[in-house]
Amino acid sequence: MTTSAQTVAVPARAKTATAAATVRRKQGFQHGGWFIAPFLALFAVFVVWPLLRGVWLSFTDANISGEGASFVGLDNYREALNDQAMWDALGHSAYFTLLVVPCITLLAFLLAMLAHHIERGKWLWRLCFFAPFLLPSTVAANMWQWLFTQGIGLFNETFGLDTPWLTDKSYAMLAIVITTLWWTVGFSFLLYLAALQGIPGHLYEAAKLDGANAWHRMVHITLPMLRNITGLVIALQILASLQLFDQAVVMMDFGPGPELSTRSFVQYTLEQGFTAYRVGYASAMSIIFFVIIAAVALGRMALLRTREEGTR
Amino acid sequence: MSATQVRLKTRKPWTPSQIVLTLIGAAVSVVFMAPIAAALFTSLKSEAEAAEIPPHWLPKVWTTQAWKSLWETGNVGNWFVNSLVVSVCVTTIVLIVSALAGYGFARTEFRGKSLLMGVVMSGLMVSPAVLGVPLFTTVQQMGMVDTYWGMILPQCAPAAMVYILYKFFQGIPRELEEAAFIDGAGRWRVFFTIVVPLARPSLAAVGIFTFIASWNNFLWPYMVTNNPDLMTMPNGIATVMNSYGIQWAQLMAGGLMAGLPLIVVFVFFQRQIVAGVAHTGLAGQ
Repeated sequence: MTTSAQTVAVPARAKTATAAATVRRKQGFQHGGWFIAPFLALFAVFVVWPLLRGVWLSFTDANISGEGASFVGLDNYREALNDQAMWDALGHSAYFTLLVVPCITLLAFLLAMLAHHIERGKWLWRLCFFAPFLLPSTVAANMWQWLFTQGIGLFNETFGLDTPWLTDKSYAMLAIVITTLWWTVGFSFLLYLAALQGIPGHLYEAAKLDGANAWHRMVHITLPMLRNITGLVIALQILASLQLFDQAVVMMDFGPGPELSTRSFVQYTLEQGFTAYRVGYASAMSIIFFVIIAAVALGRMALLRTREEGTR
Repeated sequence: MSATQVRLKTRKPWTPSQIVLTLIGAAVSVVFMAPIAAALFTSLKSEAEAAEIPPHWLPKVWTTQAWKSLWETGNVGNWFVNSLVVSVCVTTIVLIVSALAGYGFARTEFRGKSLLMGVVMSGLMVSPAVLGVPLFTTVQQMGMVDTYWGMILPQCAPAAMVYILYKFFQGIPRELEEAAFIDGAGRWRVFFTIVVPLARPSLAAVGIFTFIASWNNFLWPYMVTNNPDLMTMPNGIATVMNSYGIQWAQLMAGGLMAGLPLIVVFVFFQRQIVAGVAHTGLAGQ
């Protein structure tokens, strides 16, 4: 679209040399344009437009019907930043992320090493470690809700405990973390497994000839070769964990958990929008959340760049 | 890894280290499978037995009561069809649009491409979880609340899939295409006869992960539907407990009904899935 606008803007007596270039560019654009157009249309309607709309709504006092909204300036943002409940919810999401990300990365790595090095029954190990990821979040959450229920749950029974996992605020988030580890580690496991299979075997053979033992091969070949995938796993896990919602809501019977202790940022935003009907306020929180996630993503990119420069 | 290699390896003798590793693997697998086994056993208990204190793993009386009553009273068949319609449509649309866009970004030149690419990449950070409320009001304005389209279309603009395929297409040698251009083939012909067949494993991985994500998506269908007839499996199952109080045996039976189709699919396609992940370049980088 930009190209055609600019072609029109070029004075009628443009030089013929550039005309040829324009034609070539235009052809390129037409091809590229048609390839990208279907995605772009969906992207514009369901990503860009809601984002812009969210920005606009966040400056209004819109309710769910969208009628009679008036401009309130920065009031929503001011209110949100002074809203202790919002900070608490954000804290819960951050706490969850801090617990889940290192555990899942380490666990996925160990499981992948195990599945990669056992020579028999490879399909069985893959299936066992990956199967939980194939369950819908609600199903995984229901299963663990039942396992954790005090009295009738098998978790306490099996380990001889009597822990009030779901009803005490010091355990509720931990229960959600355990569920999440079990449920989602399979995806990162698969990424690690594929990466391990991609390491050329001759590296290990050469190292063996040089007398490197298993530990040396691990430290000097496997770990460095897995550096990129580890970065990817961590980045994907941070983004996914910050968006905590499904497991927490389902395990807490669609409530915010004991003493609001498991109410995540997403949950609080949706409560404000759909239960309290404060669409303007909820939108302001959505935008704040978007900024936080963007900051995390950009921070990671900056970190990667400096590290790359450092190694050069 | 090819099938023959695997078969050759399994004929290797048991070494001490292999025995130890296999035992560890078996122990870890038991831990991973235990919750699913527990769900299965619970679904085969009567409701009274499922709520007994203290609990026990195996049913004293085996019964398919929970499965039957869920099938008879619930709308499970309905939910299943809804899930299937939504997931198949989402997967088809995502495959088409992201393959085209990935190729367009990787192999065509036009003004503002890098800017557009930047915008699309920022889409990685926007999901229904992040922008749920404004996305809902947008869909509402379009009159798509409580429709299949309202459930399907918002899931069809995944920047991540475009990025994965973009990375893959960048890795295809240019010479392959140039040779075809010289022979007089057009862009589209090159795309369909050379590029798509080469990308089949990557497309399979993208398709499978999109299908899993869509089949298991809870939040968006939950937000956009009020009509029980339009519920998908995960949402329908979640209501089993809301309306009657918790019926654990039924809940577990429903959960397994929702989860098993994908597990069965994985059993058959797991080698392709791992190969696909490796092939996309996601893992190798």
